[in-house]
Amino acid sequence: MIEFRSISKRFDDGTLAVDDFSLVIPSRRTTVFVGSSGCGKTTLLRMINRMVDASSGALEIDGENVSAIEPVQLRRRIGYVMQNSGLLPHRTVIDNIATVPRLNGVPKRAAHERALELMDTVGLDRAMAKRYPSQLSGGQQQRVGVARGLAVDPNILLMDEPFGAVDPIVRAELQQELLRLQRELGKTVVFVTHDIDEAFLLGDQVVILEKGARIAQRGTPEEILANPASDFVASFVGADRGRRALSIREVDGARVLVDADGNLAGRLVDRPAEASAS
Amino acid sequence: MNLFLDAFAWIAAPEQWSGSGSLPQRLGEHLLYTVIAVGVAALIAVPIGWLIGHTGRGREFAVGLSGAARALPSFGLLFLFVMLVGVTLRGPIVIAVLVLLAIPPILAGAYAGFEVIDRRTIDAARAMGMTEGQILWRVEVPLGLPLLFGGLRSATLQVVATAVLAVFVGLGGLGYGIVQGIAVRQFDQMLGSALLIIALALLLDAVFALLERFAVPRGVRAGRTPIVRSASPRRRAVAEPSA
Repeated sequence: MIEFRSISKRFDDGTLAVDDFSLVIPSRRTTVFVGSSGCGKTTLLRMINRMVDASSGALEIDGENVSAIEPVQLRRRIGYVMQNSGLLPHRTVIDNIATVPRLNGVPKRAAHERALELMDTVGLDRAMAKRYPSQLSGGQQQRVGVARGLAVDPNILLMDEPFGAVDPIVRAELQQELLRLQRELGKTVVFVTHDIDEAFLLGDQVVILEKGARIAQRGTPEEILANPASDFVASFVGADRGRRALSIREVDGARVLVDADGNLAGRLVDRPAEASAS
Repeated sequence: MNLFLDAFAWIAAPEQWSGSGSLPQRLGEHLLYTVIAVGVAALIAVPIGWLIGHTGRGREFAVGLSGAARALPSFGLLFLFVMLVGVTLRGPIVIAVLVLLAIPPILAGAYAGFEVIDRRTIDAARAMGMTEGQILWRVEVPLGLPLLFGGLRSATLQVVATAVLAVFVGLGGLGYGIVQGIAVRQFDQMLGSALLIIALALLLDAVFALLERFAVPRGVRAGRTPIVRSASPRRRAVAEPSA
């Protein structure tokens, strides 16, 4: 469990990036911070591994105040995946994945063994182990980034717009992979994105942020979509327009759904096959 | 063309290859001054350049200093130093002049090498839990090597060319043949010496090129800039056979 208690952050240049932010992030669930750029979501994320230190307030991980933990030690037990993967260009895929275990003193052979297993986990062919990042596609680089984030088997995985720079098809693929991984591994994932669709897809808890990291609304995707707390949220999630604003139209006794643009979204059935499974 | 033939004949003549003031001796002197000067300059400039590159502080200072140092005339400096400290310290004086000449390119290569590294790579290294020392030695130094080598090569070329000045304070080197040749109008000797200096410069540059091949990590050479979007099909096709 990660707990933000009245956290504020004022940068040296005077901007108030985070203004009195409080939130509980439950363990083994995915929490998504979503908001437009400059709303402070990345700052919040980077406070968890002390890449940014709060100006005031307390941030606790499982009851332990992070300010009491040495940053390097803290960061080595938290996975971090960033946009554009941030891989070390002069190291092979396998060495990139094994970086943190090697820093922690794991012998090379054991670290490489584990790295190969992680390549399986994230769906990378082991044949790519000896390649350099520049020889991989954007999607493959991102998978290596995720594998590296998982290398020390951290409880917490921080993901800062990890799929922001890949094309839509690869992004959809990576999102499904992350859902699968999360079902298998059950990490405490904190995910930052500006894409509300991504937030709704991945998040167990979605936190919509306004400027200054003020919480506009917090809840499950269903709760937010059903009852937007404000006009800002409604407009941000697009509840009143486009493909989220569905209306029913009767055609020969069957009911079909039409979105606000007039596109046919589907047919209304009593119980979707997937819903009964969950 | 005759002049060149004469120059080669002069180089090949047996009397140049033995005794006091022979070409091997002159070549050795020239090489020694060059190696010492570039070595000392690297010992001074590389740590300072890395410090500037790592912290991002003091860059303006370094740029200003390098610019000023580049503008110093080596010849004038040599005589100024001789007048200030006397001829007894000729060796150190020549080295000091050459070191001042070599510092700017090495310094620029060292800090520019760090500056061209993608900030996100360093940010990721820090976020993974690397200490500042580990970021320096395991990320910045290897990634900064190509430009550092560029600086060292450029410094070496300049020093080889300028070490000709050693003869003016009686320390020989390949400049001997040139200066003496001018005095006695021996053009074959002048050109022969000049050709040897050029050959030495090219040889040293080749040595650095070889060193660079071994020292610079493969991934850095494979592709310096990280690909932000998906790799182009052509690039992937090139990468495929190596698997």
